[in-house]
Amino acid sequence: MARILTYEEKDTWIHRLSGVTKLVFFLLWTMTSMLSYDTRVLAVMMAGSLVIFRMSKTEWRQVGTVFKFILFFLVINLIAIFLFAPYEGVGIYGSRSDLFHLFGNYWVTKEQLFYELNVMMKYVTIVPAVFMFVVTTNPSEFAASLNRIGISYNIGYAVAIALRYIPDVQDDFSKIRNAQEARGIEMTGKASFFSRIKNTAAIIFPLIFTSMDRIDVVSNAMELRGFGKHKKRTWYSGKKLERADYVTLAVTALLSALFLFITFKDGSRFYNPFAG
Amino acid sequence: MKSKFGVKEVVAVGIGAALFVALTQVQIPLGIPNTALQPRAALLAFLSAVFGPIVGAAVGVVGHALGDMFFYGSAWWSWVFPEAVFAIAVGAFANKYGVKEGAFGKKEIILFNVTQVIGNAAAWIVLAPVLDILIYKEPVQKVFVQGLGAWLGNILIIATLGTLLTVGYAKVGAKSSSLTKED
Repeated sequence: MARILTYEEKDTWIHRLSGVTKLVFFLLWTMTSMLSYDTRVLAVMMAGSLVIFRMSKTEWRQVGTVFKFILFFLVINLIAIFLFAPYEGVGIYGSRSDLFHLFGNYWVTKEQLFYELNVMMKYVTIVPAVFMFVVTTNPSEFAASLNRIGISYNIGYAVAIALRYIPDVQDDFSKIRNAQEARGIEMTGKASFFSRIKNTAAIIFPLIFTSMDRIDVVSNAMELRGFGKHKKRTWYSGKKLERADYVTLAVTALLSALFLFITFKDGSRFYNPFAG
Repeated sequence: MKSKFGVKEVVAVGIGAALFVALTQVQIPLGIPNTALQPRAALLAFLSAVFGPIVGAAVGVVGHALGDMFFYGSAWWSWVFPEAVFAIAVGAFANKYGVKEGAFGKKEIILFNVTQVIGNAAAWIVLAPVLDILIYKEPVQKVFVQGLGAWLGNILIIATLGTLLTVGYAKVGAKSSSLTKED
């Protein structure tokens, strides 16, 4: 289970920031890069993401495997876009400059390459922000943050429970799989398609049924301790917002507003180097 | 009772989402690139049928967002929210299925599968591609082909694994009607 991203405690200013700040940054940053197709904005955001990533002192071993995985999907996605719509870029930028002929009806155009470069940049911009958010935010503090930005503490607690039990459930999963494999159930590609569904069921059934029991146990325990009696609750790992938090929040909000303004200024989400 | 969001519902969302995240890495490849049967879809259908639409929708959104972040390092929002639409569609009839009462018989299985096909269509053929186009400006053809693939994959895995899970749980968890009346 080494492929998953997890929180690691370190001492940098990013780690010291409150979870609220990082959550707001994460949401604004991903939303801005989602909306913008302006190459200049995306380039600045990408650089910013990398700087922040660097400052969070995240090491390659923490994110390396996940990153390779992402690159793999990104490449497949870019190829799929080209295969399904080789002239999407031509339509968007309203001009066509052929580079070379590939096969059949497929010509490689400058516009298409530029469009796919933008798609790639959008993706690459988000990744360091997510990495930073996941590896520097303490899960329990994150739940407290959700409550702080106005989300009901029930939801905050549900998220906290999810984060708390992911490793446990994964543990159960490997135990059950090992047990079933020991009984001779084939889990690799060697099995036929339908027997693979059946074999997956052999793991998932016990996993889900034990988890249903766990829901009963945990909710009984919480009920005994009076969870949900009051409209509000306090948080053990909640942090107060400090000056660094306010500064970060202000800078993030300003930058997002500026980026969106530049993006939409000329009435189109796309920056067009081919016009004029 | 189902509309109340009590302690049990909070825990169900939490542990349900944890299961959803853990099952993200369990995929049965179909042989077509980038498409696989996702057992986590069966889990979501099952949880929605047992706990109702609100818990289902929350498990879908929280689980998908966290799973994407942990395994793929990003959150593809246009595919996160359709999970909620699907869960609401299936969960809307939670009272009719009567899983907790152990009454999940032939009629309920048909209803469950009809709603899952419609819910999946609304989520993956309509909402996800439309959001992809609106938010990410991806090519129209590509996103609809992907949506269609996800729709087919999901109805297949839910019709098999999802139905079996619900039937199995209705039998095991049938506490309130495990006594049969003698003639």
